[in-house]
Amino acid sequence: MENPENVIEVRNLEIDFHTYAGEVKAIRDVSFDLRKGETLAIVGESGSGKSVTTRSLMGLLAPNAEIKKGSIMFHGEDIIKKSEKDMQHIRGKDIAMIFQDPMTSLDPTMRIGMQIAEPLMKHKGLKKKEAVAQALEMLKLVGITDPEARINDYPYQFSGGMRQRIVIAIALVCYPEVLIADEPTTALDVTIQAQILDLMKDLQNRIDTSIIFITHDLGVVAGMADRVAVMYAGKIVEYGTVDEIFFNPQHPYTWGLLNSMPTLDTASGSLRAIPGTPPDLLDPPTGDAFAARSDYAMKIDTEKQPPFFKVSDTHYAATWLLHPDAPKVTPPAEIVRRQKKFAEMQKPEAPFAHTASKE
Amino acid sequence: MPDERKKILEVQHLKQYFNVGKKDEVRAVDDVSFDIYEGETFGLVGESGSGKTTTGRSIIHLYEPTDGTIIFNGKDVSKLHTKKEMHEFRREIQMIFQDPYASLNPRMKVKDIVAEGIDIHGLAKDDADRTKQVEDLLETVGLNKDHSSRYPHEFSGGQRQRIGIARALAVEPRFIIADEPISALDVSIQAQVVNLMKELQVKQNLTYLFIAHDLSMVKYISDRIGVMHYGKILEIGPADEVYNHPLHAYTKSLISAVPVPDPEFERNRKQVAYDESREKDDKKRRMVEIAPGHFVRASEDEVAMYTQRAIDAGLVTEFSE
Repeated sequence: MENPENVIEVRNLEIDFHTYAGEVKAIRDVSFDLRKGETLAIVGESGSGKSVTTRSLMGLLAPNAEIKKGSIMFHGEDIIKKSEKDMQHIRGKDIAMIFQDPMTSLDPTMRIGMQIAEPLMKHKGLKKKEAVAQALEMLKLVGITDPEARINDYPYQFSGGMRQRIVIAIALVCYPEVLIADEPTTALDVTIQAQILDLMKDLQNRIDTSIIFITHDLGVVAGMADRVAVMYAGKIVEYGTVDEIFFNPQHPYTWGLLNSMPTLDTASGSLRAIPGTPPDLLDPPTGDAFAARSDYAMKIDTEKQPPFFKVSDTHYAATWLLHPDAPKVTPPAEIVRRQKKFAEMQKPEAPFAHTASKE
Repeated sequence: MPDERKKILEVQHLKQYFNVGKKDEVRAVDDVSFDIYEGETFGLVGESGSGKTTTGRSIIHLYEPTDGTIIFNGKDVSKLHTKKEMHEFRREIQMIFQDPYASLNPRMKVKDIVAEGIDIHGLAKDDADRTKQVEDLLETVGLNKDHSSRYPHEFSGGQRQRIGIARALAVEPRFIIADEPISALDVSIQAQVVNLMKELQVKQNLTYLFIAHDLSMVKYISDRIGVMHYGKILEIGPADEVYNHPLHAYTKSLISAVPVPDPEFERNRKQVAYDESREKDDKKRRMVEIAPGHFVRASEDEVAMYTQRAIDAGLVTEFSE
């Protein structure tokens, strides 16, 4: 590993899907790190590649996917090179996953106690009795009321929020080093969502898991993430600390995302929608893939892929606007407002140091 | 004043029960009353199971209401007996659904999906007129006339929702019930569809009932908001007022749970818990106008408390009572 603090290092990942229409270039040269104990949020629209990226970490890609290039280092070993049998030892034990839909990710014919105990029996070699006892502890931990009575219930006897708690219990019962949460609260009501997010933060502190959090809800990202990576058309276009992405964004796509959300003080009038739709990845555009939808696109954006430009030690963005020769542009008003706030936070003794730690 | 505007829809004491008289009777909508004025957007928010979708479906008469009256454009909907009257009612009210994948027939071409209402109501003179109407509608919702001979699977989620909107507009309705029309879409596309709906509202003088759980978007699109919980409306008022100065404890709790795209705000978030046992005592409650146009479901002994809250929030002065 390049950095001992990293749990996972993804380098130059390229994934294609073979379809009848041709090769869909779903992931195009993606690199990122996951540090110990942090929450890294990956945001982007459907089709941006956020779910494919994380599925590759689990070795769960669809049969028509092909990893063209790159490496995923975990404990000094490349996950891509592992056999399915080896992956079965990693999956659920070292790297666990929570999916969006709590209705379909549980086995409807199996009592929930057994579903939580199963990974313990499989990965840790526990006897059924011990495993079920630990499952009970886990049920308490995720806040199921009256767990002794409910451990033998079936999934249909629980509400959506309670089912997602059970899914989290299954994912965390082996104390995995990495938890991948793919839109874990999208199907839930806001009040239940808030409870589940609090639960995830609380459990993360207790068992020191690193979380990759995939979502398109920027509100959720603001509350959960330490660092954020923004994906567009199979590439990461910007990454930084949560404050850097929300208060000092540099890529026009990040601007567009932040701009299209109504905030607490958005007055009426038109929402600033991003025009158009994402490009077809059968034939990805040369240059900056967002150029066709961007008000800030320059000639070079359609010709050459922008490299990552450094904004700070922790903040990088792939946009030609950061090139020293690029003309100075004024971002949308909402972004200027956010950047002003950032400048204030940067002043000495501002509470900015806050982001570095979890507490 | 809103009261001087024309009421296009009056819902009075609507009750929609399922499995009546059985052990598993569900009171999905339980004594709900509200009015919608012509040209406005009324947002109905609530969690899943609150009865907001059922309310919408009862209004369009997909269910026979258990009790209560629905008056649309001055006529009692349950008294529309002739086929012709029902036909006309169904032309004037249209619906846009949540799931753009499930609400379009995959075996029909876009032009036939959009023209279905035109055919049923006989709104086209001939084939050429039908084609012209469909092409105009597609253009209105930001699609291309070349799209008319394609099938739904060839479109993205946002484009499909535009097709759903074109289909609703085809019969020139006055009132549209939009049930979670943007929840299945990406953030950037959500804004496109909301902007389109707002634009069409002005151009075609439409009235919307906008049903959703996403409070920030509802607040943005609505003139007034009603908050539902357990089949009852707990609070109704002007959108900004309900959002910024909620009076009912449930509304407060709901708003405090909405994630805000601002890390600093999120670090200092204080979530308000809601004790729902209070709703279940046997006190008699009704909608009380606490501030002008701002109603809260309250029992007689709670009115003073809500009035005090409204005074503290600056919604009313003490002398106005």
